[in-house]
Amino acid sequence: MNKILVSGKVEGIVLKSNDPINFLGTVDKKTGIISDKNHTLFEKSMKNSVLVFPSGIGSSVGAYTIYSIKSNNTAPIAMICKKADLTVATGCALANIPLITISDEEFESIKTGMNLSLDTDSTTLIHYQ
Amino acid sequence: MTLELTREEESALKGENGETMQMAYRILVATGEATDAEKLIPIEWAHLSGVNYNTIGDAGEEFLSTISKDARVSVKTTLNPMGFDIDNVSNYKLDENFISKQLSIRNSYETMGVIPSFSCIPYEIFDIPKNGTQVAFAESNAAIHANSYDNLKTNKESAFSALASAIVGKSPYSSLRKEDTPNITIEMKVKNPNELSYGMLGFFAGKVGDTSVNISGLAEMDQRQCKAMCGGMGTSGTCAKFNFGEGDSNTEKIEFDEKEMQNVHDELNTSEKGDIITLGSPQLGLDEISDLTAKLKGRSFEKRCMVFLPRTVKEQAQKIGYISELERAGCEILSDCCTCLTPLISKDDVDAVTTNSIKGAFYLKNSNGVGVNLKSLKEIVEDETR
Repeated sequence: MNKILVSGKVEGIVLKSNDPINFLGTVDKKTGIISDKNHTLFEKSMKNSVLVFPSGIGSSVGAYTIYSIKSNNTAPIAMICKKADLTVATGCALANIPLITISDEEFESIKTGMNLSLDTDSTTLIHYQ
Repeated sequence: MTLELTREEESALKGENGETMQMAYRILVATGEATDAEKLIPIEWAHLSGVNYNTIGDAGEEFLSTISKDARVSVKTTLNPMGFDIDNVSNYKLDENFISKQLSIRNSYETMGVIPSFSCIPYEIFDIPKNGTQVAFAESNAAIHANSYDNLKTNKESAFSALASAIVGKSPYSSLRKEDTPNITIEMKVKNPNELSYGMLGFFAGKVGDTSVNISGLAEMDQRQCKAMCGGMGTSGTCAKFNFGEGDSNTEKIEFDEKEMQNVHDELNTSEKGDIITLGSPQLGLDEISDLTAKLKGRSFEKRCMVFLPRTVKEQAQKIGYISELERAGCEILSDCCTCLTPLISKDDVDAVTTNSIKGAFYLKNSNGVGVNLKSLKEIVEDETR
């Protein structure tokens, strides 16, 4: 379901994961790089990406990690999830990173490398370039 | 469903009342959307978690230091325990960095106008507002106690939604703030329960329940047993309310019997004996301190026993003479901190800890990485003192 959790307007390149992300345990708060060997985004940097993933998991303290990567200029410019979880929601709110949820179908259609723009004031939230 | 904001709330979200207020509204809106709230409602009391440097780390310390420059709480706001008791921190092996970061966190909260209560039992040390009052409690055992025993209304808030609620004076109207009908009834079948049994019942209920559960078959409980149940439930899941009674005929019935209790016991009890003892998680209140003092009359612990309590309780207990009596019996008295996520117990020094706290057991096992030996207070006094 479409929800706007944190509003904003950005344009960028998609980095997509079908695995959920545990921000506290597996994202380096300086570099924004995923350090979990078993994660599909292992060693990938989320810096300046439009990060697309199902939802966040793990401790709510992970919200501080999102705040940290934003402060260190290594954060995504937006996040798009299938399901809203409180860790990612509050983390994006702290860091002022636009966050929306979308339907399963739209989630499936988005691929890594796509260029898209997100505008939470527009009736169509996502425009594909 | 979408969150509807008033015109004033909309303009605060756009930043017209400054960046900090804007961020606080962003947190409430994001939390509200994630939890299907249709509006924000006023709250009268916020209780914050996210105080212990051991849990929030450098990122938390830096964040609080930054926002405390201009963030101020607008309602009564109280605070969870921190990592140590400044009066005796030198007795424990904590490094300078930990101490200075923790004091910075304390300073940030005080600057924001938070009452430095450093307690996970706000319901025992502050007056309870009138029935039905909306509050925002982040500490899980306190949220459950507020909803189940104190006739208050709160969600199980996150550290962030509680802080934002404290600044704005409002919370998202979602989940447990509304009428909530549990779909599960747990039947208490264990005979002659002590505080450990109630803690394990709470732990079991937190696992099987969603946002709230009915509990039937309970006898009269004392304060220690109520707290044990709230502590256990807050540890194992997202459930944040007990309703006492059978529930209607549509609810699923689940029995909590000796076998289920043994399962919880086997999950948390990993050691036959402990090197030290901890009492408190949740922290002990004045009644429990009084009872402990009576139980220890003429007896002394044969190993270290850490006793965690709020500073206000320690001050009252000092006046009555309990503290000197407990110290005579070998207790280490610690205020402002608690067993849960304590940096004062390290697996480098300790193999296993004896406790009567299910909440304490869970975090000692999973966070401190030490063994846990579960015993009721009665057994602890019988076995560990002479």
